[in-house]
Amino acid sequence: MKLLTLNFVSCARKACKSSTSSFPLHPRDAELELVEMEFNPQFLQNMLPKLEWEALQIICNELALPTLPSSTPAASDLFESGGEGSSPAQPTQVARDLHKLLLETTIREGLLVCSNCGHEYAIKEGIANFLLPPHLV
Amino acid sequence: MPGGENDESYEQEHVHDVYEQIAEHFSSTRYKPWPTPHSFLLSLPPGSIGLDVGCGNGKYLSSNPSLFILASDRSANLAAIAASNYPRQEVSVADGLRLPYTDGRFDFAISVAVVHHFSTRERRVAAIESVLSCLREGGRGLVVVWALEQESSRRGWGEGDEQDVMVPWVTRKRKDRSRDQGRGSGEADVGEKETEKTFNRYYHLYRKGELEEEAVEAGGKVLESGYEKDNWWTIISR
Ligand SMILES: [Zn+2]
Repeated sequence: MKLLTLNFVSCARKACKSSTSSFPLHPRDAELELVEMEFNPQFLQNMLPKLEWEALQIICNELALPTLPSSTPAASDLFESGGEGSSPAQPTQVARDLHKLLLETTIREGLLVCSNCGHEYAIKEGIANFLLPPHLV
Repeated sequence: MPGGENDESYEQEHVHDVYEQIAEHFSSTRYKPWPTPHSFLLSLPPGSIGLDVGCGNGKYLSSNPSLFILASDRSANLAAIAASNYPRQEVSVADGLRLPYTDGRFDFAISVAVVHHFSTRERRVAAIESVLSCLREGGRGLVVVWALEQESSRRGWGEGDEQDVMVPWVTRKRKDRSRDQGRGSGEADVGEKETEKTFNRYYHLYRKGELEEEAVEAGGKVLESGYEKDNWWTIISR
């Protein structure tokens, strides 16, 4: 599971959906893997405003990844402010770092824990399983 | 017949267990995207984020590589096939009535050939509702279901026919002698080169207008709808 995904998933239980503590889910015993993905700065620029930045910070902190800026980077942080040249704006290191974090950093094995109900969802071979046991449905 | 008190275990037996067992064969026959979902996905701007609920083998995950799609399927076997085919997107195992996504943040959603597998109207409406609740204000969801009106297909169903049906899926596979040894196989044709097995899947066949009715009952607005090759489709928003 990509870290970008973790910014959009919550506990699957109906009872948890209304609680703010069901998001984000917290990784536990996570084994991370870097998987190379094609870099698309335009995609990043459009994705940035959709992110819950604070949730992303929490996850980075829990996974002991480098600290993020304190607020969502602006679109202007993603491209070098070039001169008058006609060549397209070059992506910045910030853009490359975000790409690596959101799209290339994946949880290969581990658990995702809901801090509202404590339920643990397993991730195996990169695929999270959100099916609930009958007593939690 | 569905509609009893245990609709979930009915679907477990007549939908989920079947797909789990036919996953590989099913996937090998489902590689060509239908035009409606394909062009719906192509109409979205780069960096849009959305869902593919009941993604099967993931044949829509490559329609538009500038999107980010959180795909899910109830079948772990199909999810594994989708994940290995389309690493750019995300694939999870999830139940359509218990989606693990945050409310109100997605630009789009598709659910193709999925909602017709829920065995009561209440559950079909709930399935549409759970897709709707993920959409942001202005986000659009495409739902495609099998039509009752498919006179031109080999099945020949039409208006007035029974809407709750079992549809067979026949798999043929070569016998693997080494794996069968010592196992009390109940199949009649042991010793033949191929075995044939029939799985029956439950479907609710939608009559004209029914999908829109359910979408409205789920709290959605119908933006557009139509018929394409034995299927009804509708585009909805919250
Ligand atoms: Zn929970």
